[in-house]
Amino acid sequence: MDLKDLYQEIILDHGKNPRNLGKFENFNKDAKGHNPLCGDKVHVYLKVDENKKISDIKFEGHGCAISMASASIMTELMKDKDEKDVKELIEDFLKMIKDNPDLKSNLISEDDKTKLMSLSGVKKYPMRVKCATLPWHTLISAMTNKPGEVNTEKED
Amino acid sequence: MNIKDIKKEFPIFDNKVHNNDLVYLDSANSSQKPKVVVDRIYDFYTKEFSNVGRSVHYLAVAATNLYENTRVLVQKYINAKDPNEIVFTKGATEAINLVANTFGQKYLKEGDEILITELEHHSNYVPWHYLRKSKGVKINFADVDENGDISIESIEKKITPKTKILAITHLSNVTGAILPIKEIIQLAHSKNIPVLVDGCQGAPHLKLDMQDLNCDFYAISCHKMYGPTGLGVLYAKKKWLEELPPYQGGGGMIGEVKKEGITFGDLPNKYEAGTMATAQVIAFGESINFINKLGIEKIEEHERELTKYGEEILRKNNSVKLIGSPKNKGSVLSFTLDGVHPHDIATILDEDGVAIRAGHHCCQILHEKLGLAATARASLGVYNTKDDLDQLNSSINKCIKIFNS
Repeated sequence: MDLKDLYQEIILDHGKNPRNLGKFENFNKDAKGHNPLCGDKVHVYLKVDENKKISDIKFEGHGCAISMASASIMTELMKDKDEKDVKELIEDFLKMIKDNPDLKSNLISEDDKTKLMSLSGVKKYPMRVKCATLPWHTLISAMTNKPGEVNTEKED
Repeated sequence: MNIKDIKKEFPIFDNKVHNNDLVYLDSANSSQKPKVVVDRIYDFYTKEFSNVGRSVHYLAVAATNLYENTRVLVQKYINAKDPNEIVFTKGATEAINLVANTFGQKYLKEGDEILITELEHHSNYVPWHYLRKSKGVKINFADVDENGDISIESIEKKITPKTKILAITHLSNVTGAILPIKEIIQLAHSKNIPVLVDGCQGAPHLKLDMQDLNCDFYAISCHKMYGPTGLGVLYAKKKWLEELPPYQGGGGMIGEVKKEGITFGDLPNKYEAGTMATAQVIAFGESINFINKLGIEKIEEHERELTKYGEEILRKNNSVKLIGSPKNKGSVLSFTLDGVHPHDIATILDEDGVAIRAGHHCCQILHEKLGLAATARASLGVYNTKDDLDQLNSSINKCIKIFNS
């Protein structure tokens, strides 16, 4: 195991200075996520326009560098994507964290893929996988208007 | 046995963690086990195993005697008046649930109040919480002060004529505060309020004397005392165990069972329904022997010296903020680092073989009060050394380097 794989520069940068942190007025979808074991919390806000496109996305929350960086990178990549693409990207990311060695989707640039792959370091740290996936599960919940809070201990 | 060489008694330290020596600083969570305890479990299962208290064959009689021997060892260790005041449970959590359930059932009614503190572990809050719904009781919290301490005055302030029981920790698993428990018990008793002490952190680190302390209930977690998991002890004054109803029903706890009614067994069987954690109880006897051989006073002294050393080096480290500076501090060093989340600290430390805990340590009420979502916690046991704390400090510096590079 190498800590450098986990705490890559991109992660440290996004962890320290998360992009899209905060809340905005005219969101029309949102969801909360919580990891009760460690106390990490995230609240994702979305503005989905009439073409089912995410025109704005922000998040509030607190947690470790991994969860903050994951939420930050996720919000950057999801802006201006439509519902179908968002779904594909989330699935691709979660599969990559779970099993796949790489991202398969062609919806994002090579640079963005590199950025997203910086989170793959958690694969060697099973206890930290949930830190990386919490914002993504929360985004699914917001998109699908799922009631209640996402709870990492109730995910499969 | 020299306390400096104590690590050798614990086989776990023969293993490497990520190619490093294990620096185990998570004893408040659970302690490691000396070889004598591990061997005792093996020996019992391979040479002496039988269920206890039921059959009359040779093995059953021998196993029953071994099981009851531990009860006497525990009684003597905590200086209880009578071995029947020692009830084995599946953990300290069950011990507290037992009291909350039976005491609540028999004595509490709507509007009654239970007093706990903001320092309590979830296991000394959640069991009482059920009584809010079932009985309509109210739970009050004595305030923790800025040092992470609970004063006698803060308890006194929250006592009302409706307070029916006080449930309080002996030693905080987050701030390390050792509470003036004897004085608190005296105060509560002067107002006819019985006291349950959560001794999970007290029992492994402090000399106990139930008759001197005079508490009504004392809950012990055996796996934090160099003993096996799945085992706890409830000490309760005999009058309570006689007065309170049984907790769980099943085999072994009955007097006579008829279609029209059931009578219950005598102490201690009344509270030990079903087949108990026999091997664990017998092995726990070896944990007590192990502690007795070293001497709990010597262990206390060793841990006090280490805690002081740990505090000193961490205070000198400008990036570290220690959580809690109570008057009397047990072997717990909770801290935060500027700009590094406790979970990242724990992962980075782990890479060096340094095992600590990060999170809310089952004390969300306290963390909310402190305004922190999580803290990192290094906690000590008899096997720790100053070298362990030096390694902790140097691994902390590595965290700072990674995050500030």
